[in-house]
Amino acid sequence: MSKFQLRRPAKRRLPLEWLGILPFVAFAMLFLVLPTMKIVVGAFQTSDGGFTLQNLIDLNTASIRSAYWTSIKLSLITALLGCAVGFAMASAVVFGGLPKRVRSPLLTFSGVASNFAGVPLAFAFIATIGPAGLITLELRDLGINLRAYGFNLLSFWGLVVTYLFFQIPLMILIIIPALDGLKREWREAADVLGATSLQYWRMVALPILFPSLLGTFALLFANAFGAVATAFALTGPQLNIVPIKLFAQIRGDVLGNPNLGYALAFGMIVITGLANVTYIVLRTRSERWLK
Amino acid sequence: MAFLELSNLEKVFGTNRVVTDFTMGIEKGEFVSLLGPSGCGKTTVLRMVAGFETPTSGAIRIDGQDVTGQRTNQRAIGMMFQAYALFPNMTVADNVGFGLKVKGVPREERKDRVAEMLRLIGLPDLGSRFPFQLSGGQQQRVALARALAPRPRVLLLDEPLSALDAKVRVSLRNEIRDIQRELGITAIFVTHDQEEAMSISDRIVVMNGGIAEQVGAPFEIYNNPRTRFVAGFVGTLNMLSATVEDPAERMLTLAGQRVVLARGEIATPRGETVTLALRPEAIHLGRAEGCEVALPATVEEVHFLGSVIRIRARVAGTVVALDTFNRPDQPPPPPGSAAEISFAARDVILLAD
Amino acid sequence: MTRFLAWTAFLLGVLYFILPLIGMTEFSLKMRRGEYSFDAYRAVFGDPRFWETFSYSLTLAAATIVFGVLLVVPTAYWVRLKLPQARPIIEFITLLPLVIPAIVIVFGYIRLYNTSSILPLTGSALGTDILLTMGYATLALPYMYRAVDTGLRTIDVATLTEAAQSLGAGWFTILARIILPNVLVAVLSGAFLTLAIVIGEFTMAALLNRPAFGPFMQLLGANRAYEPPALAVIAFAITWGCMGLIQLVTRFSKHERAKV
Ligand SMILES: Nc1ncnc2c1ncn2[C@@H]1O[C@H](COP(=O)(O)OP(=O)(O)O)[C@@H](O)[C@H]1O
Ligand SMILES: [Mg+2]
Repeated sequence: MSKFQLRRPAKRRLPLEWLGILPFVAFAMLFLVLPTMKIVVGAFQTSDGGFTLQNLIDLNTASIRSAYWTSIKLSLITALLGCAVGFAMASAVVFGGLPKRVRSPLLTFSGVASNFAGVPLAFAFIATIGPAGLITLELRDLGINLRAYGFNLLSFWGLVVTYLFFQIPLMILIIIPALDGLKREWREAADVLGATSLQYWRMVALPILFPSLLGTFALLFANAFGAVATAFALTGPQLNIVPIKLFAQIRGDVLGNPNLGYALAFGMIVITGLANVTYIVLRTRSERWLK
Repeated sequence: MAFLELSNLEKVFGTNRVVTDFTMGIEKGEFVSLLGPSGCGKTTVLRMVAGFETPTSGAIRIDGQDVTGQRTNQRAIGMMFQAYALFPNMTVADNVGFGLKVKGVPREERKDRVAEMLRLIGLPDLGSRFPFQLSGGQQQRVALARALAPRPRVLLLDEPLSALDAKVRVSLRNEIRDIQRELGITAIFVTHDQEEAMSISDRIVVMNGGIAEQVGAPFEIYNNPRTRFVAGFVGTLNMLSATVEDPAERMLTLAGQRVVLARGEIATPRGETVTLALRPEAIHLGRAEGCEVALPATVEEVHFLGSVIRIRARVAGTVVALDTFNRPDQPPPPPGSAAEISFAARDVILLAD
Repeated sequence: MTRFLAWTAFLLGVLYFILPLIGMTEFSLKMRRGEYSFDAYRAVFGDPRFWETFSYSLTLAAATIVFGVLLVVPTAYWVRLKLPQARPIIEFITLLPLVIPAIVIVFGYIRLYNTSSILPLTGSALGTDILLTMGYATLALPYMYRAVDTGLRTIDVATLTEAAQSLGAGWFTILARIILPNVLVAVLSGAFLTLAIVIGEFTMAALLNRPAFGPFMQLLGANRAYEPPALAVIAFAITWGCMGLIQLVTRFSKHERAKV
């Protein structure tokens, strides 16, 4: 008797409740999902709407291959360096015994710098290590010619140096809370059990941080891979990386085939998507110990 | 020379002297508790032994070897923390085997030792679980196994039970003590719970403000507290003021009655007041056999605790607590009634300060 | 040793970040030969296109923020209150803009909303402005949603709602008078971040051909020498201002809460 009274009424799924998120779903469909689908579908269509794989096959030209390869290299390198340097700075602040006062300014600055991307960032670097930049001139006065050493801001490595200006702070912003989550007891327990500092990092701290590191890496990768403005303002339309190629294609159909543009964009989605799927898979595998 | 020697340890943080002139020797296989209120420096002493803090001055010697300047990971010590110290990314077995692994013990040998340790703590089948899949009590057991697996010379325990609920706390403390006895390992146990310290220690160090006020067996600490602090911190205590009559004869007057103490040195001159202390179980309701001192009292509160009845009564201007055993044929006096209390002079504790 | 390494890592990092800032500032002051001057700034501020594009971007940022708040606050509230089972989907959607490059999204817009489509937004200036605002809302979505959702987590949505309903309040009143004030700090943080993102955005504005601040900066950069670093200094100051305002409202709210 009382058993029946105590049982709560079965939860009814009122479709009415789903109406509450209708505006959001509509927005997401119209301005996020459908545009993306349009690209994906377009990549498999001929100009009169038939199905084809020709667009994807046509991506296989020396110029486009090299654009993808340069973009992937650029994203991998800036994500790796961004993670490494950001990690070094963050752990210097969290564990290195730096005064507590530097922490909050570092976080604020990272917030600013991670958002200081795009056109003005390119200007800042041109003014600093461009052909007539401050450092270039100073070094020339000291008898060091950067160009002679093969450094050119308007090249691949110039782009790497510039991208790091927003990649490193992004890493710092994400990893500092993760480092804060490492409990003092873990370090002390490892220490008292005879582990060296290196063993602690290898066996305890890094495995615990692995998901965060991986996630940040994927984010930094996508961040660099899709960036247009910085590269465009730095080098103009001629640098052969995918986003700039796509930019030129959208503006002026430089490839001479609108559907090849879809394929180019589709390739970008595939690569950032793959980066994130890899991240999710590795994360679920490394997080068996999480609740 | 004792197995673990702490000599004149001092620790100063900035301008804050946290541990002052801490000296003691701990024998091999002994179980010593550091007991004291929060903030009195217990953890700091333990952390100096572990090597997490460097003493400002003084020395630590283990088995004749000076370890004062030695790094923590060289000291071969085991430690249990309050909570959350298991490595969350490792299974129970990997946690327990961690100390052996970093020492380079071969896999097979490690596996045997881990299994042995898991049997010792009564969790032989949980080796493949992750810490989050265990209860708090199980986690602390695993932490104990992890600390013991590399056969440390000394086991340090920093309030390992205080995050657990009451029942588990009692059963686990007994288990820790049994295992410690079985292995014969020297242990220092930090707690602020006097009952816990009493029940499992060979000796207790009562600390206050960074100073070791008294060191002794639980029986000794409880029955012969040397200072007012120790007396008050360990168990319940009734304080009564008395006037000195004759210091040499240990003669005092208390509420108009003459009391001759059985022990203690009175350094206070005649006419001055001293503080006497009495345990609740030393005070009896009515005039009991062998009690030289009897005083009139008013019953104020009666708490029935089961086998014991605790009565609070007003005597000579102060309220004292006294315990009597429950007897079914003898109901306790109602609050407000007049009564007489009595105690024996040999149960009176004279407090030094 | 650790401390030495820590200082080295930290100071090298600081050097890397400070040099471009010094570089752009120094360069921006060098317009007049042989002496430092504010000529470059004068030239920038004297350029009517600067003001036009800047106020255009500012307007769009405001529109984006208003739209974003109207979209995100009710949704996040509703999901917390009634639809916890929709949470994973919503969160997945809000993270998509971090994965799909902006240039791909805007490419989709151009092809989906062209003049020959059912919804020819790119056919008129106003339509394109709306499209651009939606694009910016998409870019800001991950940040806005996270900020608001975190804000909602700190208040008891269900209890507040029930209390308001028992007093006869309708949904609009609840959202506007109860929920919004309680997540105001989160909303403001999201708003300033949106401002920082939108104000100098280049890709979407350039491809939709709108006279925004980002394309203007790029154009100036291609044709002038001293104005671009001056613009960089201005843009950096704006970004810093936005972040400073976020800190300010956060700190202010902590202060307020501590007083209660
Ligand atoms: N690293 C430290 N720096 C400064 N003061 C400390 C530090 N560690 C402990 N203290 C201070 O030392 C005193 C004793 O601390 P602790 O040994 O942890 O006490 P207990 O364990 O008895 O509660 C406390 O007042 C505490 O604030
Ligand atoms: Mg402590």
